[in-house]
Amino acid sequence: MGEELILSKHWQTPESFKISTYLADNGYEAAKKALGMEPGDVCQTVLDAGLRGRGGAGFPTGRKWMFMPKDDRPRYLLVNADEGEPGTFKDRDIMRYDPHMLIEGIIIACWAMGANTSYIYVRGEFAEPARRVREAINEAYDKGFLGKGIMGTDFDLDVYVHMGAGAYVCGEETALINSLEGKKGQPRIRPPFPPQKGVFDMPTTVNNVESIAATPYIIANGAEAYKKYGTEKSAGTKLFCISGHVERPGVYELPLGVPLMEIINEHAGGMLDGRELKAVIPGGSSTPVLKAKECEGLNMDYEAIAEAGSMLGSGAIIVMAEGTCMVSALRVLTHFYAHESCGQCTPCREGTGWMDQIVNRIINGRGRVEDLDILLSICEGMATNTICPLADAAVGPVKSFIEKFRPEFESYILEQKEPKASPFAVKWRK
Amino acid sequence: MALEFSEEARNELAEIKKRYPSAEGAILPCLYLAQREFGYISLEAMQYVAEQIGVAPARIYGVATFYTMFNKEPVGKYLVQVCMNLPCMLRGAGEVFDYISEKLGVKAGETTADGKFTLMKVECLGACGNAPMMQINEDYYEDLTPEKVDRILDGLK
Repeated sequence: MGEELILSKHWQTPESFKISTYLADNGYEAAKKALGMEPGDVCQTVLDAGLRGRGGAGFPTGRKWMFMPKDDRPRYLLVNADEGEPGTFKDRDIMRYDPHMLIEGIIIACWAMGANTSYIYVRGEFAEPARRVREAINEAYDKGFLGKGIMGTDFDLDVYVHMGAGAYVCGEETALINSLEGKKGQPRIRPPFPPQKGVFDMPTTVNNVESIAATPYIIANGAEAYKKYGTEKSAGTKLFCISGHVERPGVYELPLGVPLMEIINEHAGGMLDGRELKAVIPGGSSTPVLKAKECEGLNMDYEAIAEAGSMLGSGAIIVMAEGTCMVSALRVLTHFYAHESCGQCTPCREGTGWMDQIVNRIINGRGRVEDLDILLSICEGMATNTICPLADAAVGPVKSFIEKFRPEFESYILEQKEPKASPFAVKWRK
Repeated sequence: MALEFSEEARNELAEIKKRYPSAEGAILPCLYLAQREFGYISLEAMQYVAEQIGVAPARIYGVATFYTMFNKEPVGKYLVQVCMNLPCMLRGAGEVFDYISEKLGVKAGETTADGKFTLMKVECLGACGNAPMMQINEDYYEDLTPEKVDRILDGLK
């Protein structure tokens, strides 16, 4: 674990989710401080801190808040808790273990943007985290931290939990907006952007849980304190989710810029059963895969990973040991994207389906070597040709798996006549 | 017999509607209520939800069929959903699924003859740090071992 923790500091405390626990550690003092500041100054502080959107896009949070128009229409903050990018499981822990940090962040964000209503859009499967958040919201209402005239000011704020219902695409902000309006979760064409016309046609900002939860620390301690962590352009700490073939999978809060191999070898306890590293997906299933060699010396910040040809994304590190069949691993992901395409744009609806069919054909021993180039040409037709980034997300693994592991794909095609017996290099029944 | 919410559900729906500036915000919550009340979302249930919200039934049909968590068919008393995405597969989810399938004697999408269990393969449930895992009704069961799976399934009455 890192020296001083920001987001996960209470997680080990008994009953960390209760307001009494949170108040005992100066909880809600940052919200009180924010309410005494000019809203513009709150936005500026968050911008100065260098906080960037933790859902995957990495856009400066303070800048996003400043996009909200200053007219007299009602404004909304939507908190994106539709955590669904395979490999990502951090917002779940914030909600389960420290829901008050999220609620305090919501108060700060809503004050900064002049929003009197916030909906926390929680993925439908997260019954337990949602229950914790609802209980925390009730506690906050009882204390007068939410509701009419919060904390003795004349600022009103209502916060509600809204459950999704099992659609990955709703993590895309305009799909989330449509879903909240009781529509199919299909992304909207921009412009208009959400600050101009968002949920219920009103100015709206959508922020990830982890971004919002970082703001109490920033307001309480100032932008400079937050910038002590991380790198110049990637400030602060990040909840890294590590899964797959490591000894201790889990969520680790570390400063941005931490070496990837340090996360694997130290925090996550090294490779499972001491095996050799084969590949890592560094930022969630849609980010391009890295070969073991590319992981050496790689630092986990937005810039360094981009330079290595991938993305920090949601900070979801999926580790694969030697022995993992890359064709089989890819098939899991092509199936996922084909299943989750919302069907609105032709390149994505058809492309994800074609990719899945072709990879499945290869898996079953009926592939042809030219299938690999067909897959790459489908990628060309999909990328950047759709309303939302789901098509690009589907292209990320296909293109990178083939480009980086082409000989393995070719030998699978030439030699395998049926699906591999144990493609994921793991024995569950010992 | 026409479907009808219980008084409790009617009151809940009235409370939910207050949270949104437009009744349509209550569509997803109302579908969840309907699923709780009626067991699954039949065409008749969609019709009922449409009436409660004040929109065309076709709108509800489109929404209910878009989202996987609304069951359009009846499911068993326990809906067993095994996560089959990559982080879980790297920890043995394929074997977990086969083990449960064999134990219950059903394939993906099927319900046991006694109506107790429905088994499904699902996409990432966001608990990859404790893979392999499954969800039964609302609850997550993580770090699964064969012994644990036995204990969990045998413990469900």
